[in-house]
Amino acid sequence: MLTYLAKRILYVLPVALGVSVFCFLLVHIAPGDPLTSVLPPDASQQMQDELRKIYGFDRPLPVQFGLWLWKAVQGDLGTSIATGRPVAAEVWRAVGNTLLIACLATVIGFVLGCFFGFVAGYFRGSFLDKFASMLAVLGVSVPHYWLGMVLVIVFSVQLGWLPPGGAGPGGSAAWKWDWEHVSHMILPAVTMSVIPMGIISRTVRALVADILNQEFVPALRAKGLMDFGVFRHVVKNAAPTALAVMGLQLGYLLGGSILIETVFSWPGTGFLLGNAIFQRDLPLLQGTILVLAMFFVGLNVLVDIVQGLLDPRVRRR
Amino acid sequence: MSAATTDAIPVAITQPLRSPGYWAGVFKRFKRDKVAVGAGLVVLAIILMAVFADYIAPADPTRSSMLRRLRPIGTPGYPLGADELGRDMLSRLIHGARLSLFMGVVPVFIAFAVGSVIGVSAGFFGGKYNTVTMRTVDIFYAFPSVLLAIALSGALGAGVFNSLLSLTIVFIPPIARIAESVTTQVRSMDYVEAARASGAGPGTIIRVHVLGNVLGPIFVYATSLISVSMILASGLSFLGLGTKPPTPEWGLMLNTLRTAIYVQPWVAALPGAAIFITSISFNLLSDGLRSAMDVKG
Repeated sequence: MLTYLAKRILYVLPVALGVSVFCFLLVHIAPGDPLTSVLPPDASQQMQDELRKIYGFDRPLPVQFGLWLWKAVQGDLGTSIATGRPVAAEVWRAVGNTLLIACLATVIGFVLGCFFGFVAGYFRGSFLDKFASMLAVLGVSVPHYWLGMVLVIVFSVQLGWLPPGGAGPGGSAAWKWDWEHVSHMILPAVTMSVIPMGIISRTVRALVADILNQEFVPALRAKGLMDFGVFRHVVKNAAPTALAVMGLQLGYLLGGSILIETVFSWPGTGFLLGNAIFQRDLPLLQGTILVLAMFFVGLNVLVDIVQGLLDPRVRRR
Repeated sequence: MSAATTDAIPVAITQPLRSPGYWAGVFKRFKRDKVAVGAGLVVLAIILMAVFADYIAPADPTRSSMLRRLRPIGTPGYPLGADELGRDMLSRLIHGARLSLFMGVVPVFIAFAVGSVIGVSAGFFGGKYNTVTMRTVDIFYAFPSVLLAIALSGALGAGVFNSLLSLTIVFIPPIARIAESVTTQVRSMDYVEAARASGAGPGTIIRVHVLGNVLGPIFVYATSLISVSMILASGLSFLGLGTKPPTPEWGLMLNTLRTAIYVQPWVAALPGAAIFITSISFNLLSDGLRSAMDVKG
């Protein structure tokens, strides 16, 4: 287990470094001088030179990268151009909101996906299987931002049951676990849960079908186990992979929440990214992307480790 | 006895049993799959609609009318209603298919070409070259695809070309990964070893033995990305990172109609329905191809 752990961590370090190089370069692939986004259009040459020095744009790129990374590791992601506040603080506040909604969506997607996938895999070829497979295809094909709009149309505009967006009275700062606030989470979380539901049900269906085909299943039945006993064994075999897929889906949701957060004006990282793009606030864009990508990388390692703990076969690979 | 056997041989040779061939089998299996054929027909219809948009569309998709803003579905002269500037929705949806389809398909095809080259060469040559290439690919793979597309588009700025470029970059790593793993498997096959022993150079082996076995699975995987690409491309436009108004494009239309959900909700939802129908058709078509070509995984 320790060697497996060390191998995973050694493998991920260069990837994490590469990800940070990419995020660093984001500001530099943007067309034009990176300074133009900070400067007023009528800035004098002297002011330009001064700012160039402050931001460190006058040094060679590798040196700039080193300085930027050193600061980033210490939690300093620069200053937002639009608001003048530190990027790290803005991102930190938003990450919590996104995590809240993404976790809820993953749980909904996991429970429903496991249920449909299991039913489909257990009764292969039946009507239930076709229905569950159709649901899975729908889940991965639907443009989720559109689904969000449709849900708003049905449940907010037509029926008036749920609020169409926002984070409830007082915004995210006044968050409480009461109905008035939780009701704002329902539509975005349900919308978001559709993709993991589709993917997890596909995975679980394939897993269950595969496990039921293995020789130990007839052996268990021959031993006299009833359906529930077999079910327990199938779950034990399917769980590590299903959990791994769930973890990765959570990561995808964290990164992919931008469209849904835009539809629902949910004050998370996606909303922040939307603002950063709209105002061409490159430091904010860079910082948010870096944090989200690092979350994803870290989550990947965590998933691998948990999978290794649960399933000794994984460790030997 | 011996005379009889020597007689029998030429008979067997003059009437060789020709196998119907791989593609004929694929076609036969595909034809039997009703869902996939249906999805294929829908995709074909959408492509034809995009190509002949000028002839099919009943009205000019950019002609606006301040008097007829946000008309419901079924208004005379506006079969699918009118948008926030009084433009005919049906015509805009038909014309929108052009850019939406283009943005969905082209990045995947470029990524298919580039990713195959990267993956096949890495898988075939192996060693240090493989390590360096695939670790670089892994870096891009470490981003959720939506995040990568938005990061690149957001930094490069809005525009059709920029979103095309960022989507292409998003799809290269997954395709390269699949190509690499399939090629690594094929490379260790006996027939590749046999070809090498009989003096074939790397170029011949790749062309004759590797590509023929590798391109099928990669292609099937790439077709499954088209629906993702459609959703992502429209999503970028939805965020204002794609094309600029008044060009009709489904994602952008969905964005500009977002404020209209209180007035004409179902008209506002139409462009998204168009994206949904196209993306699900591509997905079902890809699933059908996968089982017809008997690709695993």
